[in-house]
Amino acid sequence: MQFWENITTFFSAENYTLFVVSLGSGILCFAAGVVGTFTYLRKRALIGDVISHSVLPGVAIAFMLTGVKNPIYFLTGAIISGLLSIWIVDFVQAKSKLKPDTILALTLSVFFGVGIVLLTRIQHSGVAAQSGLDSFLFGQAASMGIFDVKLFSAIAVINIICITVFLRGFSLVSFDEHYAKGLGFNISILKSFLALITVITVAIGVQAVGVVLMAALLITPAAGARFLTNSIPKMLAFAGLFGFLSGLIGVFISYSGTGMPTGPWIVVVLSIFALIAILFGKKKGVFARMRLRKSNNVKINNENVLKDIYKLADKGNNTISVQDLIEKEKHSLSKLKSTLNRLEATDYIDQVRGLVILSDKGRIAAREVIRKHRLWEIYLSKYFQLDEDHLHDDAEGIEHVITPEIEKELIKLLDRPKTDPHQSEIPY
Amino acid sequence: MSDTIIEAHNLTVLYGRKPALWNVDFELPKKKVIGIMGPNGSGKSTLLKSIMGVVEPTSGFTKIYNQELDQVRDRVSYVPQRQEIDWDFPASVWDIVSMGRFQKRGLFKKLTGEDKDIITDSLQKVNMLGYAKRQISQLSGGQQQRVFLARAIAQQGDLFLMDEPFAGVDIATEEMIISLLKDMKDAGKTLVIVHHDLHTAQSYFDHLVLLNTRLIACGPTNEVFTDQILTDTYGGRLTTISKISQELENKEFPIRHK
Ligand SMILES: Nc1ncnc2c1ncn2[C@@H]1O[C@H](COP(=O)(O)OP(=O)(O)OP(=O)(O)O)[C@@H](O)[C@H]1O
Ligand SMILES: [Mg+2]
Repeated sequence: MQFWENITTFFSAENYTLFVVSLGSGILCFAAGVVGTFTYLRKRALIGDVISHSVLPGVAIAFMLTGVKNPIYFLTGAIISGLLSIWIVDFVQAKSKLKPDTILALTLSVFFGVGIVLLTRIQHSGVAAQSGLDSFLFGQAASMGIFDVKLFSAIAVINIICITVFLRGFSLVSFDEHYAKGLGFNISILKSFLALITVITVAIGVQAVGVVLMAALLITPAAGARFLTNSIPKMLAFAGLFGFLSGLIGVFISYSGTGMPTGPWIVVVLSIFALIAILFGKKKGVFARMRLRKSNNVKINNENVLKDIYKLADKGNNTISVQDLIEKEKHSLSKLKSTLNRLEATDYIDQVRGLVILSDKGRIAAREVIRKHRLWEIYLSKYFQLDEDHLHDDAEGIEHVITPEIEKELIKLLDRPKTDPHQSEIPY
Repeated sequence: MSDTIIEAHNLTVLYGRKPALWNVDFELPKKKVIGIMGPNGSGKSTLLKSIMGVVEPTSGFTKIYNQELDQVRDRVSYVPQRQEIDWDFPASVWDIVSMGRFQKRGLFKKLTGEDKDIITDSLQKVNMLGYAKRQISQLSGGQQQRVFLARAIAQQGDLFLMDEPFAGVDIATEEMIISLLKDMKDAGKTLVIVHHDLHTAQSYFDHLVLLNTRLIACGPTNEVFTDQILTDTYGGRLTTISKISQELENKEFPIRHK
């Protein structure tokens, strides 16, 4: 099995380079996911793009000034021009009437454009050492060394410490800057600090995944995590985890295929994680909502059938035939059968040879539905201008929605009425 | 005047070149419910923000208890306009009201049992204790407003600046809030409230500030709530004022600076 072989080679310590690259990517994506959570929460998704594109001129200038390919010089250049871009965005936003996205787009293109021009110049200047600067554009995870892993680990630790210490401040600023300022906190220090660790993370990551994909590493983990939880600490944890796993898995995939680039694969895996979170998220996820809708439909069906049984049985004893039930409402046979089976499983009814027997539990539940229905009709006719023949339809829907608390309120408000607008008795 | 709680002196705020407040001058009395009224865009929010130090005045100043804001900040609670906030933010009602204690505890200290008592108490006052664990995204407009009010109460200040606490609130909630505010006033608090509804202004407020970029009037409600002043605030002059603003903005006229 090719796949299995890949996995074993992948995890064998012999394959040192791969070990380094996957660990490095995992840690880098973790660091980006954590700090990016606040970029996401501050609704500044695009700023990630601006920073990552804006580090390019800094890198080029660092090379032009020093003439050597030293990662520390590159990093310094990248951080300076990244910070400069944020500062320009904020400054222009405060001083002009331009729309925020216009400002972001402009800053991004100017910085990126200058960066490309400088890179081209370096290329044409024929300096031998220039080969490799391209890696800033598309990233070059494969060339990761142990030094990089240390660097990534350092920024990951810095991010964790800063965010743990400043969790309250960062959250406050992300939620409502004005309020935070009103409380007397120095929000510009908080914001600058957040910007600083974001820029450092981006500047460090760009070499591995390139300017184009770096922004995705910041934002995507948080976007997915948001669907899984409503708490910021948990969001940070999920985003970090998504990042870490995507780093590992992305490297693994690109390693198993020949010549497949690592950065793009990491982003693809990240997007899959985010997509899964969006679909399966516990409360906000698409499937969670579908499940809720389904369970509501089941409840409505159960209650309607129970009500019919009660009404039919009310005339004689507790026993009716399935045939009567079909005739009463135009239930489809298969749907009715499955509903009846469900009701039997939960002890609302018993079924014997085509007969349905309402249990005490079923009787109480059915009376509850009917009571809610009639109470709602009274409520509507008393407080709203609604023709009497519309009351029933409205109540048919609402009877399933009324909670016990609302019912209590209705009874109190209506002073425990005896009959509904059609003079039917209300079963208490 | 020892009775003064807020003083604004020649307050001018420009956004870019566009004046939001122009030469506003007033004094507000202690222990009153004070309404700030004016049409949309007349600078009401800007006024509260500059009192709170959220926006820097271009010229002029405000004082609270005749002191700089920083000296009395712990006595002032600010309730921002509800629409200015992203309610989809991952936070529970409890989280939001806790923010009211951050001023006391700073950015790093844990909240104490006493803080939690205060938070619980504040939620109870606005009838929202049952919602403490709810996500703020699940709240109705009126509930959001009550959460903000609880947060302000949790700050335990004695001056409250509230930006449109009645916007998007149903009558029952509005009545609940206003009776709570009256109780607070009786307990010696001062409430400054941005408000839009002319019908209720007279019954709600002891004192009114009428604003339309410039100060139109400031005084006890029965003195300033006159047809003439209301027309001045909401009527014809509005267009002239905004035309002037446009001129200032577009034609590079010299604008005053500090
Ligand atoms: N951050 C800003 N940048 C630029 N202009 C602003 C800014 N905030 C407010 N303005 C402008 O300043 C003027 C006053 O705004 P402000 O929000 O104070 O009015 P308001 O009286 O609170 O209005 P509303 O009743 O709509 O809340 C408006 O014309 C508004 O467009
Ligand atoms: Mg306003």
